[in-house]
Amino acid sequence: MKVTMAMVIRVFLLLLVSFYSIPSFAIYEDQVGLMDWHQQYIGKVKQAVFHTQKAGRKRVVVSTEENAIASLDLRRGDIFWRHVLGSGDVIDELDIGFGKYVFSLSSGGSILRAWNLPDGQMVWESYLQGSMSSKSILCVPSNLKYGKDNIILVFGMGSLHAISSIDGEVIWRRDLVAESLEIKQVLQPHGSDVVYAIGFVGSEFVTYEINARSGEVLKRTSKTFPGGFSGELSYVSNDMLVTLDTTGSTIISIRFGDGQISFHQTAISDLIENFSGMASIFPSKLTSMVALKFNSVIVFVRVTGFGELEVVEKIDSPAAISDPLSVSEGQQAFAVVQNGESKISITVKQANDWSSGNLLKETIVMDQQRGNVERVFINSYIRTDRSYGFRALIVMEDHSLLLLQQGEIVWSRDDGLASILDMTTSELPVEKEGVSVAKVEHSLLEWLKGHLLKLKGTLMLATPEDIVAIQGMRLKSSQKNKMTRDHNGFRKLLIVLTRAGKIFALHTGDGRVVWSLLLPSFKKSEACPNPTGLNLYQWQVPHHHALDENPSVLVVGSCGGSDAPGVLSFVDTHTGKELDSLTLGHSIDHIIPLPVTDSTEQRLHLLLDRKGHAFLYPRTPEALKLCQVELPNIYWYLIEVDKDIIRGHTLRKTCNFEGADEYCFDTRELWSIVFPSDSEKIVATATRNLNEVVHTQAKVADHDAMYKYLSKNLIFVATVSPKGAGEIGSATPEESSLVVYLIDTITGRILHRVSHHAAQAPVHAVFSENWVIYHYFNLRAHRYEMSVIEIYDQSRAENKDIWKLILGKHDLSSPISSYSRPEVMVKSQSYYFTHSVKTMAVSSTAKGITSKQILIGTIGDQVLALDKRFLDPRRTPNPTPAEREEGLIPLTDALPIIPQSFVTHSLLVEGLRGIVTIPTKLESTSLVFSYGVDLFFTRIAPSRIYDSLTDDFSYALLLLTIVALIAAIFVTWVMSEKKELNEKWR
Amino acid sequence: MEKGKGVVTRRWAIDFTDNSSSSSVSRSGGFDDPLGYSRSSQEQDDSTLSRQKKDAEANWKSQKAWEVAQAPMKNLFMMGFMMWMAGTTVHLFSIGITFSALWQPISALQGVGKVFEPYKDSKVDTLMPKLVFISLNLAGLALGVWKLNTLGLLPTHASDWVSSLSPAQEVEYSGGGIPLHY
Repeated sequence: MKVTMAMVIRVFLLLLVSFYSIPSFAIYEDQVGLMDWHQQYIGKVKQAVFHTQKAGRKRVVVSTEENAIASLDLRRGDIFWRHVLGSGDVIDELDIGFGKYVFSLSSGGSILRAWNLPDGQMVWESYLQGSMSSKSILCVPSNLKYGKDNIILVFGMGSLHAISSIDGEVIWRRDLVAESLEIKQVLQPHGSDVVYAIGFVGSEFVTYEINARSGEVLKRTSKTFPGGFSGELSYVSNDMLVTLDTTGSTIISIRFGDGQISFHQTAISDLIENFSGMASIFPSKLTSMVALKFNSVIVFVRVTGFGELEVVEKIDSPAAISDPLSVSEGQQAFAVVQNGESKISITVKQANDWSSGNLLKETIVMDQQRGNVERVFINSYIRTDRSYGFRALIVMEDHSLLLLQQGEIVWSRDDGLASILDMTTSELPVEKEGVSVAKVEHSLLEWLKGHLLKLKGTLMLATPEDIVAIQGMRLKSSQKNKMTRDHNGFRKLLIVLTRAGKIFALHTGDGRVVWSLLLPSFKKSEACPNPTGLNLYQWQVPHHHALDENPSVLVVGSCGGSDAPGVLSFVDTHTGKELDSLTLGHSIDHIIPLPVTDSTEQRLHLLLDRKGHAFLYPRTPEALKLCQVELPNIYWYLIEVDKDIIRGHTLRKTCNFEGADEYCFDTRELWSIVFPSDSEKIVATATRNLNEVVHTQAKVADHDAMYKYLSKNLIFVATVSPKGAGEIGSATPEESSLVVYLIDTITGRILHRVSHHAAQAPVHAVFSENWVIYHYFNLRAHRYEMSVIEIYDQSRAENKDIWKLILGKHDLSSPISSYSRPEVMVKSQSYYFTHSVKTMAVSSTAKGITSKQILIGTIGDQVLALDKRFLDPRRTPNPTPAEREEGLIPLTDALPIIPQSFVTHSLLVEGLRGIVTIPTKLESTSLVFSYGVDLFFTRIAPSRIYDSLTDDFSYALLLLTIVALIAAIFVTWVMSEKKELNEKWR
Repeated sequence: MEKGKGVVTRRWAIDFTDNSSSSSVSRSGGFDDPLGYSRSSQEQDDSTLSRQKKDAEANWKSQKAWEVAQAPMKNLFMMGFMMWMAGTTVHLFSIGITFSALWQPISALQGVGKVFEPYKDSKVDTLMPKLVFISLNLAGLALGVWKLNTLGLLPTHASDWVSSLSPAQEVEYSGGGIPLHY
């Protein structure tokens, strides 16, 4: 039976191959959005500048921690335009200048860019030179002119630059480099031609007076303060600053105008009663006021004159304070946000006139899953009654962005989804029986109507309105958005863990958030000061006998550093509730999901800590019993990238340190592979996906069977010479080489080693079945290359006696051990590839029968699907007819990039970081989820859809044809009867 | 097709002349023939006539049987030609031809008794024609099978038996890699 099935499939595939020698997977324009969705995010906002002065489109320009600059619609929160800078190009400062430009300073103050405000096009880009890293300061004075140009002042890389606003040319540059000089602020008093650069040299206060037009240093003044400075400054007025001493207990007022520097000290304890500990200056841009922070209390101190300070208000544990906003002439307002129980309160205060009360005080009900407020930005507008109203943009703990106005949330964006750490999937609940008749009738009518429309479309009878209706129907087909499991397994929940420690469940149908959970166990606490999420694992996947239980996932995190204790959290994926959480007594370095589940379908996991102890979870006697059976066959390996060592370990009996229990196991080192550090550095590793399903162990090539070496205990390790690990171009072809290893992780045996001369990092690799595909740069050819290695088990190649195979007298199905040291045979081939690669993945299907596709995340943030057939080491320049018949493609030097095979079609997944493929129940199809700053989801069918009818198949047409045929049969039957009767009467 | 064609369709016949056995019986227990009367000559005369007739019929029958037996020969050549025309790649035409080449001999073999029924005679030995018929059809079948094999549709290679063999289980299990905090 099996043989016939295989043969049928083979015949079928051969037919398929003969029909489509190079399949393309393009979709039609009207199919976009049918089975894919795309969501755009920006990340956690760190700076926001409003642009609301003029009528028309009100917007806010933001920079984010995902290095994005975006202009958002203030009314709806949509993105007008957005640019995601490279991962190393961190945005330091952002400002709007001269009404039409957005200026961004990035990469440690070395790149200044000007963007056109309305459409986001880059106007110019200026690379700033400098000798050392320093704080970067962007200052856009409104009235400082050089000829006709406006001047922008930038301090970065230890130099002060004056830059023309028209073309970004550097007008002048002044190095402010001295031993331990730290420039803290650049000031440009309104209406003057002098620029002040203020900083510290140790305990010396220094000011530079610089001519704003020529860049000449007019004067350098300095004065030493014996107590030393804390380093933070608060700018009070044109010639006055406030700072603290090193102990944080004394406020120092500094007056620095007219070439004189004078200090005045005020002890904080004189100002504030029961002051204790160390104060710090809370960064705010308030003038004539300074905010001090100690013990989570913020104290606003007004500076009325030199050394004259008075406490205005104390605020207990505020969540965030906004920058001041000048409301009217000489008036400044700022917002203070405080968190409450499931609500937040926002207060807008007047900085200059404290006594007249708050401008605004509102309380807003807030979803608890958003956590606390982290940042606030305010903007004012004039109400119809000529008073000032305020809108506030707030950034929450889960990185979401909300606009508040008049006590309500105008819009919100879930920008936490821009920083996904890990993802997994979960099945939806099974559909319950029993549907009401009315519903069926209604849906039947709808169904008929829909199909009539579709039929019209097929027969080209549809009017333009009909076409629009058809398209709309296809896009929001309610089928794909149901909250129940479907027959094909297309509907699932994507469970994603974000950097903020929040879990989202996204529906695969349209990408909507089904539930979200800000993990309570990942909140900051005494025991866990800096919790971070790390990974997600399937904890419980109910199958047959535990179907009534909900599936759950395991979230693994740690309290900060590598030695910090780990945190486990178990989350129900249907309800989105945390079932349980544990703060562990040990750190987590590795997690090994074991191939064993207990009676409730909970998967056993081994957690390894830094010291090499293994801990078993769940901690039940049943799990322990199951684990002890498996224990002798469980191994663990550790890749020490910084030392270039790989070590293999075995698990032993219960560990014997103090406080250890029976769920803890000791490990013992078995083997180690030490790479010569002076010539080889580990740059990439790859292993097979543990869940991967392989259909067969044999590869049939020209009627001959080759046996794949299908060990899951195999790692691919790529090392390059230390010089080749840097950027491309940093090494000559002679200096750099790439060495690739295939290592058995049980025995430490190196199965294969190959070296590529004149090749260098970055290396990206993907390991599936018995092959590895890796991508690197060829320095001699000045091109990227992709290589494939296929491993075959030579010791099984003897199994060729057909009678033995027919009668089943072979040892091909008997369990294999790595200790049997099988002989392997390796085939490999290399090809040029045009794109540089960000990430790679391989398609996976339910049974592993469908051919594979390599999914390549290109540098242009697109996902390209490349058939594995192009990366087949059996390719030759002139294949024989038999090989051609098999579907072998003639060998070419480069891999073709077919524009239609971009999975993301015309869309970009900005900041692409990962691609995940998820098998469905339909063997031909797998789901692809790619994430970065954006999210993109689609379905792919690497060998086309051969096991189901496509969505656009017209059932109505089929039904109509059948009905017509039956009618025709009936009519002709009646006619023939009649004719026969007539004949007989004749 | 060649089953009932050209054969005298005689449903039944009673041979009254053939009473030799009974007469001999009567003779053994009865009287002798009158003198000068040679019964044998008379009988012989009678029997020679009928025997000749029968011989002719038997001859004709056996000839026909042989004809029928050799009929698949033509088919065989025809099939061979068609197969050569069809080529060695798998498509609708070649599959159709191969399956008809397999089906014809099999159906012919199933009806081998019926084909030779009309020529069944005590005098006619249909065994040899039958054997020839069977062997020719078997040759046709072999040709079909051979064609099937050249098309690669016969599991004669080791690869056909292992192509869906699921991977062997592994004894050991390992995990690990680069530490999570790296």
